[in-house]
This record gives sequence, C-alpha cells and structure tokens, in this order.
Amino acid sequence: MDLPSDFAAKINDTISHYPVSKRSATLPLLHLFQEEMGYISDESMNWIAKKLELEPINVLEVVTFYPMFRRKPAGLNHIRVCRTLSCAMGGGYELMEHFCKRAGITRHGHGAGGHGDPISVSEDGKFSIEFVECLASCGTAPVCMINDEFHEGVTHQDATELLENCPDKEEYAV
Amino acid sequence: MVSLIKKPHPKERRMIFKNVDRPDWSNDIDTYLKDGGYAELRKAITMQPVDIVNEVKASGLRGRGGAGFPCGVKWGFIKQDGPKPIYLICNADESEPGTFKDRYILHQDPHQLLEGILISCWALNVHLAYVYIRGEFPEAAKIMERAIEEARAKKFLGENMLGTGHKIEVYVHRGAGAYICGEETGLIESLEGKRAYPRIKPPYFPAVLGLYQCPTIVNNVETLCHVKHIVKMGGAEYAKIGRPNNTGTRIVCVSGDVVKPGYFEIEVGSITFGELIKDFCGGLKKGRKLKAVIPGGSSAKVLRAGEKYTLKEKAADGSMVEKQIGLEDIRLDFDTLAAVGSMAGSGGVIVMDDSRDMVWALNNINEFYAHESCGQCTPCREGSLWMKKITDRIVAGGGVEQDPSVLKSVADNIAGKTICAFGEACSWPTQSFLAKFPEEFAAKATKSIPPPMPPEYTSEAITENDTIATMTGARGAGVMAVEAMK
Repeated sequence: MDLPSDFAAKINDTISHYPVSKRSATLPLLHLFQEEMGYISDESMNWIAKKLELEPINVLEVVTFYPMFRRKPAGLNHIRVCRTLSCAMGGGYELMEHFCKRAGITRHGHGAGGHGDPISVSEDGKFSIEFVECLASCGTAPVCMINDEFHEGVTHQDATELLENCPDKEEYAV
Repeated sequence: MVSLIKKPHPKERRMIFKNVDRPDWSNDIDTYLKDGGYAELRKAITMQPVDIVNEVKASGLRGRGGAGFPCGVKWGFIKQDGPKPIYLICNADESEPGTFKDRYILHQDPHQLLEGILISCWALNVHLAYVYIRGEFPEAAKIMERAIEEARAKKFLGENMLGTGHKIEVYVHRGAGAYICGEETGLIESLEGKRAYPRIKPPYFPAVLGLYQCPTIVNNVETLCHVKHIVKMGGAEYAKIGRPNNTGTRIVCVSGDVVKPGYFEIEVGSITFGELIKDFCGGLKKGRKLKAVIPGGSSAKVLRAGEKYTLKEKAADGSMVEKQIGLEDIRLDFDTLAAVGSMAGSGGVIVMDDSRDMVWALNNINEFYAHESCGQCTPCREGSLWMKKITDRIVAGGGVEQDPSVLKSVADNIAGKTICAFGEACSWPTQSFLAKFPEEFAAKATKSIPPPMPPEYTSEAITENDTIATMTGARGAGVMAVEAMK
C-alpha cells in the first residue's frame, strides 16, 4: 500500500504521541485512514496492524466496535442526525425524514436494535445519512452534523439550505 | 437556527463558564493570558504538590462526570513514590444524554481546561496526560490541539515546564462514537487501542492499575477546570461556595419542554427544580403542565411531578425531622437528589410536560442503551436489547399485559450484575419509569397474546402467515423443511 508522503508523516507523528505503547495509536490511525479514504478497507486494516505490530484481528475488532468507523464508503456528504431523547422531543425523527426526502435517500431498515449497518446512501452517492446517539447539545435540539460540521436548532428550512450548500464534488468528505 | 440564551442569569455564579458567550472573548492563548490566564499554574509551581492535593481535598470538590466521587479522595489514592509513572486523563467523552457542558468549555475556553490539567499534572507528579475527546467533537479536538501547541510555545508544557525542570506532555486522543468510553476503565482500554470493555474493580482501580497498568487519574473536563479555581481561592475558601458536602458551582444543562433551554452555572444546591424551570428557563410551554424531570442525565431515575418526596433534615435543635416536598422544591445538589432516590449525575436535566408519552420516552432511552452496551456482560448485552424490544412492542400497540412485569424483571436482573455501572445506567430508567408511571404502561400493554413479530425480528415466512410461531408450529415448519430436503 503506497501512501502519500505527507500522510505517512502524519501517521508517524501520531504514533509518537504514544511513547509507551504503539497499540494506543490504533484509533487515531483509523481516523486518519477514514478521513483520507472515506472508509476503512481491509487493506488499510492490514497496513495498520503491520505498522503497529499487531495481528489484523486486533484492528478489525476495534473497527467493528466503534460506531464511527465504517468498512464501506458513505456518500460524498455524510449526515448524522441525533436520535436521542431531547432531540427526539425536539423533532429529530421529523428532521431525519425531511433530510431523506430532500436528499433522495431511502432509509433501509436496520437490524434489530439498530446495530449492523446504519448508513443509507442516496442513489447518486451525493448524500448519506444515519441516526446517531446523543451529540451533546440537547438544549438546541434538534441537532445534526454534516461531515465534520455541527448544526443546532435545525428547522426543516435550515436542513434544505444545508443540503443545497453541500459540495457536489470533493476529494473526500468525512 | 435557534441559539441559547447568551447572557448569564442574575442568579448564576459563573466561574467555569465565566468566558463562555463573552462577546469580547476568543479561544486563543493571547486572550486567555490578557485575562490573567495561567496565573494559577504559576502559583501552583511555587507550591508543594502534596499541598495542592490537600487543597483539593479541603475544597470538597466532587467529580462532575456523573458519580460525584470526591476528587481529593480519588487523588489521595495515588501512591506518588511508587516505581511506576503516573498518568492523567481528562475525560472529555461527554455523551450522557441531556448533558452539554463540556462542549462549551472545549470550544470556547480550552486554555482554562489545559491550565487545570497542567496544575493537576504538577500536583500528581504526572509527565504524560491525555485528553480523551469524543469522536463526534472533531472541531473541539482541533481547538484543543491548537491550545496545546500555543501553550507549548509559551513553555507552559514541554520538556521544561516554566523552568521547573518538570516535563509534561499533553496529547489529544479522539474516541469514535462509543458511549461506554465515558466509563473510566472503558476509556483506558480505548486509549490503549482496544475495544472499550470496562475492567473489573477490584483489582483494576485506575489509581492503582490504570493506563498501561500504571496509576492513573481520570477526571471530567469540568472537574479539572475547578482545580484551577481551587488553587486560586484556596480549598477552604472554595468550600464556602455551595452547601456542605456539595461544594462549588456546577453547570446544569436543561433541555426538553421548557421555553428557554440552556446551561446555567449555579452554586451547588442554591436553587430548586421549580426555580430552575420557572426563573431560569422561562417555564413550560403555554398551557402545559409539568409531568416529569430526569435530573442528571438519561440514566438518572425519573422524578414525577405531583408526587411527594420524603427528606430528612436537621432541625434547629439538632434532631432529624422528616419533611415532605414536591418535585419543584427539590434542591439541585448531590445529597438531596440521592435522598429522593435519583442522582445529580452529570447535571443534564431533561424536562417533560404533560404532552409526553412516558412509554415512548422510555423506549427512546432504551434504544440508546441497547445501542451503547459494550456487550461484555451477558445481563446487560441481552437485557438492554430485550428492554428495548419490549418497549418497542408496547409503543407499536402490541404490548401484552405481562410486559411491564417482564420489563421490571429484566431490569432487576441487570443492575448490580455487571462489571461496570452501565448495568445500573440502563436499568434505572426502566425501573423508575415503571415505578413512577405504572398506569401509562398498563394502559398501553393490554393484549392477551403477543402479535406477530415485526419483520426485522423474524423470517419472512412467519410474517406472511401472520400467526405466532408456537412450538408445534415451529416443529411443523422444521418437519416441512426436512421433507423439502428429501
């Protein structure tokens, strides 16, 4: 796996933050790969395992445990809508419906308990969406994140505008 | 888009949130220094580390993350002269539903937190500290990293902190969306690059066997910020704020059915829920009546409006007298909330008015805990999902008469039977909602036999038949399958 030199440098710098145990760099490295490539491939996991002197399963078990890591690409713009109590009381479920309608996403039913693959992607690949648990801004419900940007007190009109402002093309949006 | 109230309420006492929403404020180090920043760190390095620990003990500061454990006592567990290095971790994994205080400290006043961390590092002889920030705060992680670089340039940390010869490194570590990382031993596992499976205590008390099996202190963001103010004021002076055994200020976050939700920093115990809802949050929406309050994050037991709570209070002559109070008269402090059967928790207050369906609310909470159980202990992994499925069914109109008692029995069999406190966190909502609002559950769970399972729980064949798979039915299907194979 050939990595761009600045990306490789970032990886080495990150590992240096953990002088006691390289294994601690597993999560930060997974974040870096997901930011760079949009998702975490088996190849990436093998590369990380080798770099940190771990077995590949040690990386895979981390990827499957943490909800933010995904093993296949999301849409160009990834939307996270908060589902938890205060947001649900403030219209989080309605916001989700509105986003889906406007972004042309058919949400697939996720497995019992909401586990499994929570991300639904629009047909054109421009948008993807998932419900996430509490984003810690309950006083400004309902809230969402579009890529890395956080938005609070989102009305349906705000949501429509946010979608319109999303880029059509980009290197990759996390 | 709405925004929170920007001006502090007159009854607030802002210490930690002093700089939050200040119009003349930005989160860079120059602004912070101009405002007298890092003066307490300079003061701290003239003090003996043990004296700082004693000041924190004298302050009576209790952890602001949820458990309310005395910070000085926690620090006292650390053996400073042992052979192993000591680590400090700032828990910025804020994710208890209803809580939104650390977000504002991280985004708007990162240097206050960093100063608190550095003072704590000096006091506990720590050379390596991590700030564990939840994955959903990417911007906060960037801000904190920038703050650390700014402070390094000014020699507040690094090889030789302020010329003392003390080496301190602080790094940001990002989580990735798992609530359980807020549990301190789960957080430590996660920081070690593993699944965040909490460790069993004993023997894994972080102060003895923490990060990399070394003594470790894990403190909440708000708690570490208070350390700075304790150094400034002195422990005894700090202890005068608030009420005995409930000292200092704390940030209360209010969400749900109030006119003006938001965050308020109050002296602990200085106000009641009635004042909080009416004076601070502008009351309930027009024509609505208060129904319930979850006082300290979604895992805290729900309190019902209209119910009387019994408190024991010291009378003037020193004898203990029992007093009956309503929800509106409950004070927001650790001990009062524990006495009425709930907890102050993380300070996240969720208010519900009479338009809310309690079964629906519990179902929402149950879905959260079912999603967030780490899966290590069977009672919690299975039970949290069962509770969610049962409330799912009641909400969908298919609840059977036995459901409330089954729910209770599932919850009762999780609490106290797991490695970490998540077991309690996920069963307390179910136990308390059932205890406080039994009539709502009874009114909705009325079927005598369960309806067919929803499609996501079962195979297509069974839903198509629209009947319940009984044992005979199931066996029949098995026989048919065997026949078909022949």
